Amino acid sequence: MARKIPQLNTGSMADISFLLLTFFLLTSSINTDMGITRRLPPPLDPSVKPPEIKQRNIFTVLINQNNKLLVENRPSDLSLLKTQTKEFLTNPGNHPDLPEMETKSIPYLGDLYLPKNAVISLKNDRGTSYEMYVQVQNELTKAINELRDELSMEKFGVKFGQLTNEDYIEAVKNAIPITISEAEPENVGGK
Amino acid sequence: MARFKKKGSKELPGINTGSMSDIIFMFLFFFMVITTIRETTLFIRVRVPQATEVQKLEKKSLVSFIYIGAPLQKKMGTESRIQLNDQYATVADIQEFITKEREARDEADRKLLTTSMKIDKETRMGIVSDVKQELRKIGAFKINYSAAKGKAVKK
Repeated sequence: MARKIPQLNTGSMADISFLLLTFFLLTSSINTDMGITRRLPPPLDPSVKPPEIKQRNIFTVLINQNNKLLVENRPSDLSLLKTQTKEFLTNPGNHPDLPEMETKSIPYLGDLYLPKNAVISLKNDRGTSYEMYVQVQNELTKAINELRDELSMEKFGVKFGQLTNEDYIEAVKNAIPITISEAEPENVGGK
Repeated sequence: MARFKKKGSKELPGINTGSMSDIIFMFLFFFMVITTIRETTLFIRVRVPQATEVQKLEKKSLVSFIYIGAPLQKKMGTESRIQLNDQYATVADIQEFITKEREARDEADRKLLTTSMKIDKETRMGIVSDVKQELRKIGAFKINYSAAKGKAVKK
């Protein structure tokens, strides 16, 4: 008669795995690393003069230490910023105060009516809160993203985020670049 | 009709717990896959602002973190401080930190290194600007303002 091997007691296995589970739950975090990606400009060379840009091609956004906005020298609000940015970047009525437009020919997209060299200039005070700054960046990004979406919708029938062809993505990025220039910080309101 | 007489005792059979450990292990693996182990203990309070146009950070291994916020401990004051790895730092330490982060990566990956700035929403922009200037000097141009996805609060 073959000897019977006693069965392994697995009753405490669940306890052990529970212990491991709690350990991992405590030491780890569900990390959602998300954010607004930006590219910083290289440091300025003091001997090289910055290129002159016409006033009409610059969209100035100032944030003061009380988190108030001044857009194109007029007080503004966060809720209006996106519309103003889009208006600036498209210049629908060919207004002389808005940037110079030209017809650019971009591969895959054909001829487009785009601003020549429009720049969004963002300047903040040292006292501005970071939350406000991120929200302004967010609104500016939203304006650009919406323009890209519209262009992509018109040309390819899908939103920019759903484009899969690398060439198309590059083409749309070229047509509507992120041109946010951040001025050297200034200490306006003290502190 | 004694044929259908119940046999055995009336006691309820014990619930079979043999597969319980399998289920728990499944949970364990699930959590191990979706989470990451916390690398740094924060001494400062970081509640990132909310934004709608956030993008996911690709390639976790190519990201270095800079934390800015007010210290958790009251005795350290309420002024915003910078934390790099596991210690408080000043603006002057940023360049050295980035150099070390670069040396820890492969040569080919160095230019892909992104700096993620996890900054408390109540921080003033002064210190953030200083950090950005340092990053520009050392040539770490790719930055990411860490933000949570959600509806931005209108003030």
